[in-house]
Amino acid sequence: MLRTVSAAGIGLSFGAGIVVSGMGNPAKVLNFFDIFGSWDPSLMLVMLSALVVTFVGYRLVLRRPAPVFEPKFHLPTRRELDLPLIGGSALFGIGWGLSGFCPGGAIPALGSGAPAPVIFVASMIGGMLVANALRYLSLQRAAV
Amino acid sequence: MTGILSGLISPKADWAWRVAFLLGAIAAPIGIVLLTGAPVPLQADLPAWTIVAGGLLVGLGVSYGGGCTSGHGVCGMARLSPRSIVATAIFLSTTFATVFVVRHLLGGF
Repeated sequence: MLRTVSAAGIGLSFGAGIVVSGMGNPAKVLNFFDIFGSWDPSLMLVMLSALVVTFVGYRLVLRRPAPVFEPKFHLPTRRELDLPLIGGSALFGIGWGLSGFCPGGAIPALGSGAPAPVIFVASMIGGMLVANALRYLSLQRAAV
Repeated sequence: MTGILSGLISPKADWAWRVAFLLGAIAAPIGIVLLTGAPVPLQADLPAWTIVAGGLLVGLGVSYGGGCTSGHGVCGMARLSPRSIVATAIFLSTTFATVFVVRHLLGGF
């Protein structure tokens, strides 16, 4: 129970940071990337300060033997720089540039009441389901 | 963010904390509106098809790429993960290139 409540609190903190900083506002995000147009560099400070806090925070937190509500830490272990990583990240960037929404921006923005984040998140879940189906099909083909 | 969401799309036993995290994130702007009385700024003056196409590409991309701005760009970069550094460099470049092409070569949508 406490574990679930703490996750909700962390989500609340994440969402508040996104909304207050403007990462959930497509116009602001697109202006951040429009260096040769209506450039708004302020989101660089958002990325940088998030990075500094996380960099220092991980070094403090990972000294603990385990999280408070979990028997062990779950950290990614993969190292390979493969085609799915490169191609997937390239596609993600094109989608972000077309819509101005990234997942961490759009999900808190669902609570704003505007229709655009709802359309975006529904389409994004569609894309994730397509990726799952394609992966399932290629696994099946590999098994035959 | 997408790692937490994708655990719900292929349901696992640990769905409760994922749902709690996402609901907490969605509650944040509602709380801010209640506290300040002002609406949360959100301008998406784009044709609907760009939001649909953008969402589909983001969903495909984060599934294959294994992360988004928060996962690779913040958490992975903070761990100095080579995969995350490469992923972040690529998606920041393609986002910049897409915005440049749309706004300056195509004249915007």
